[in-house]
Amino acid sequence: MARMARITRDEVAHVARLARLELSEAEVEMFTDQLDKVLDHAADVEALDVADVPPTSHPYPLVNVMRPDEPAPCLGQDEALAGAPQAEAGQFRVPPVLGEAP
Amino acid sequence: MSEWETIIGLEVHCELATATKLFCGCPNRFGDEPNTNVCPVCLGLPGSLPVLNAQVVELAVRLGRALRCEVRRSVFARKNYFYPDMPKDYQISQYDLPINVQGYLDLPSGRRVGIERAHIEEDTGKSTHVGGGGRIHDAGYSLVDYNRAGVPLLEIVSAPDLRSADDARAYVSELRAILLATGVSDAKMEEGSLRVDANVSVHRPGEPFGTRCEIKNLNSLRSLGRAIEYEARRQIDLIEAGDTVRQETRHWNEDDGRTHTLRSKEEAEDYRYFPEPDLVPLDPGDEWIARVDAELPALPAERRQRLAAAAGVEDTGGSVAVAVSRGLDELALGAIEAGADAGRVLTHIEHNLAIEGAERVKPGDLADLVKMEVGGELTATQAKTVLAEMVATGEPPAAIAKAKGFEAMGEDALAGVLDEVIAANPAEWERFVGGDEKVRGKLTGFFVGQVMKATKGQADGKVVTALLRSRVG
Amino acid sequence: MTASALEIARAVRAGERRAADVVEEHLAAIEAREPEIHAFNLVLADEARQAALAIDRRVEAGEDPGPLAGVPVALKDNLCTKGIPTTCSSRILEGWRPPYDATVVERLADAGAVVIGKTNLDEFAMGSSTEHSAFGPTRNPHDPSRVPGGSSGGSAAAVAAGFAPLALGSDTGGSIRQPAALCGVVGMKPTYGAVSRYGLVAFASSLDQIGPFAATVAEAAALFEAVAGHDPRDATSIPEPVPAVGAALDRGVAGLRVGLVTELCQAEGIEPDVSARVREAAEALESAGAKVDEVSVPAAVYGLSAYYLIAPAEASSNLARYDGVRFGLRVDAPTTGEMYDRTRTAGFGAEVKRRIMLGTYALSAGYYDAFYGKAQRVRTLILRDFAAAYEQFDVLLSPTSPCTAFPHGSKTDDPLTMYLNDVCTIPANLSGDPAITVPFGVGDDGLPVGVQIMAPALGEETLFQAAAALEAVAPSPTEARP
Ligand SMILES: [Mg+2]
Ligand SMILES: [Zn+2]
Repeated sequence: MARMARITRDEVAHVARLARLELSEAEVEMFTDQLDKVLDHAADVEALDVADVPPTSHPYPLVNVMRPDEPAPCLGQDEALAGAPQAEAGQFRVPPVLGEAP
Repeated sequence: MSEWETIIGLEVHCELATATKLFCGCPNRFGDEPNTNVCPVCLGLPGSLPVLNAQVVELAVRLGRALRCEVRRSVFARKNYFYPDMPKDYQISQYDLPINVQGYLDLPSGRRVGIERAHIEEDTGKSTHVGGGGRIHDAGYSLVDYNRAGVPLLEIVSAPDLRSADDARAYVSELRAILLATGVSDAKMEEGSLRVDANVSVHRPGEPFGTRCEIKNLNSLRSLGRAIEYEARRQIDLIEAGDTVRQETRHWNEDDGRTHTLRSKEEAEDYRYFPEPDLVPLDPGDEWIARVDAELPALPAERRQRLAAAAGVEDTGGSVAVAVSRGLDELALGAIEAGADAGRVLTHIEHNLAIEGAERVKPGDLADLVKMEVGGELTATQAKTVLAEMVATGEPPAAIAKAKGFEAMGEDALAGVLDEVIAANPAEWERFVGGDEKVRGKLTGFFVGQVMKATKGQADGKVVTALLRSRVG
Repeated sequence: MTASALEIARAVRAGERRAADVVEEHLAAIEAREPEIHAFNLVLADEARQAALAIDRRVEAGEDPGPLAGVPVALKDNLCTKGIPTTCSSRILEGWRPPYDATVVERLADAGAVVIGKTNLDEFAMGSSTEHSAFGPTRNPHDPSRVPGGSSGGSAAAVAAGFAPLALGSDTGGSIRQPAALCGVVGMKPTYGAVSRYGLVAFASSLDQIGPFAATVAEAAALFEAVAGHDPRDATSIPEPVPAVGAALDRGVAGLRVGLVTELCQAEGIEPDVSARVREAAEALESAGAKVDEVSVPAAVYGLSAYYLIAPAEASSNLARYDGVRFGLRVDAPTTGEMYDRTRTAGFGAEVKRRIMLGTYALSAGYYDAFYGKAQRVRTLILRDFAAAYEQFDVLLSPTSPCTAFPHGSKTDDPLTMYLNDVCTIPANLSGDPAITVPFGVGDDGLPVGVQIMAPALGEETLFQAAAALEAVAPSPTEARP
């Protein structure tokens, strides 16, 4: 059955870059096929007209959940750095960063 | 560049003056040992969850109302991008439903600048680039400190209502004054607790706005002004050379005084915003807003209006703005209230009270000083000296004038001196008597000067002038 | 068969048994069969012995050692334990020891329970078979050639194999209920917000809930009561007090209105033997005095599609922090950008990558409205339809899993078939309502079948009441014991 593919290899490759994953050609191939199947199954939802239905982002409706502006204990510097793959001078060390923050 | 108009909108990020961070109990404090004000939440450790700081909401509502915004039900959203100073690799911000919208801010010049939104978001950590002289591109590696990660920010976005570098500087100064007056932020540009990005475009009046560029790394009012002027010039030159402006993010370099491309629109990030599922909607509601309104202090714009009205002047800029910015508007109002000449009061405050302790002067004393001056008991020079003494000692002006022997000469004595001066300068007197208003005006200065000389400045210019006039009827 | 959690706690509190002995018994059971089952990523023998001794000392000192005194509990390895590796069965968390305890872990300690180990799961709780684990699959105690279900397969297997009378798991789309059903034990997903998520490594934040596994409904109720309740560290935690469910267990079902959900009983891929058990369960409840009827929840058919857009979208963002900067695995590279790519590529397994890809796509520019946005609106429809159903019925009934435990490797090639395992459990995650699975006989293959009961938000009392009643009329569990 020849139906229009719902996602292209290029889109998969672009999404992989956004997600910071390196995919081999074979993986791009596989994911394109698998994501296409899942998205095709989701077509029933895509087809629904729910424009006038409000979205639900929390199943249990709460509002204004806040804490008082009171200090709580912090981690010590060594606790904070304990899991660091690389640390130096009390800080987390990373390879050179190309480009400024967005 | 007269035929060109520069269109400027500013995005200001300011750190809020809270005790703790936005979503955790770590201290919101500048200058501690690296990675000591951190916990699982602000380090973005697996399993940790954010909980909103109520004081952040209080300060956000306060600024929103000070900027005459509508405070609405808002929803937090995740802005997704990878960067080492962003612990979770997403920033918790507000996107399509910000807490404050549709406000405005009035500049001393009278220009009204629209505020599109002022929303809550979290700050990032700080990266230091090691090697390559700290320059990011050829750095050997980078070190990250998360003490600042999660510090509460308000991002205040203005409408494109500013038209010059001066406007932009005035806007930031005014916003700073409001942030300080409301206690929302300490607003220190040098410490980075107030950060400004500028959206700049140019067009010919009547034509649609041109393509805009966003300029980052503006760390002082000076660089803000310089960057805007450079960028406007750059865009005009491009267009006049038949070229087009590309929409992009540019970085201001203080050293070479230029802006440089950071990112083109094409390489712009896809932030994949979506509602933050770990937080629930925020809706301060009418009661909260009403309380904040009631507690809001008088803001610079109102204070300028009130002083200008009391002084009977139109212009809320100039000496009125100076008085307010120095916090001396209450003194001025008091003195004017007490019947002193408003013009003299404002002149003294602008020129003679730019000194430490000026706020100690009592309105009544300032009023008395101005009255003595206008009544001829003190010359302008003497008044200035007495005022300085009032600030230093807090003594009333009369006592100080007496102690200094500033008894301005009575009218009879002055008349005598004037006769001597006239006798000594017959030619000038001839021309004064025979001359028209223009000539008389010139020579008045001459005769007053001579009398001053003869009296070593003890004479009151106004009285001498009056005497001269009376001699020629 | 080892004693129930309630019997252990009673005896330890009464000083009739020593917690230390209880721990040794269970460590022996683990030693005997764990190599075959692989329920655990880490057995905490020494820590458990220490904790047990502390309990015994408290009993001797006449202090109250807590309602679950001396009861061994197995923890899914996506619950943070201070100073103890927490891996989510992923290479990317290699060597990470959390500097803090999850709220549920603190509450277990307060209740006197003894953590005996961290259980295996599908990596980051993404899966329905516990085959997607970086540390190898867990096997079903009823038939080691079969999967235990997932993602909390390790916790389900640990209880089924008698390694621990109680276990905690997490349920995002059925990850407690489906493995419980496949392992022939009770598994429950609380109302969203009834149990704190603080310290649960997030998969999909708006769907994740922590819940209990146990051999019986009464034991599951006891564990639920121990860990549930408001937590200021979780902004989505419900402030209202959680109902004391223990008291509801022996109320029976006389007059209770039970709705058999048409859409879920006829969902794609439901095996005939499973449907048969569900019908028998309904009849058994009816003869026990319940009013049973069919009910339609139309929007339920969209559950699977909505779920597979919402959950991956939230996951793609939740899993961004695994970047090699602050903790866990780092694969070095000349620049931070390349370090991200290499670390995440090496650290995540195929299923996790698949969901991150799907979620990133669903959120990306131009697709948000068509996918994530649309799914959030469909979620509203599902909430509305269930709310309507609960106006006529106190609880709803359906299969838990479409099938009994399936052979290892039989569904790993085609993700979509694997996803279909969650078709009946997903709706309760989308609606946030509580749901429980109770063993009810066996399938044609002699393997356990679970029946799912659902109740409205904070309806845990009625949920446990109905579950206890169903358990009472279920075919004797022994036929479905390993
Ligand atoms: Mg911002
Ligand atoms: Zn913190």
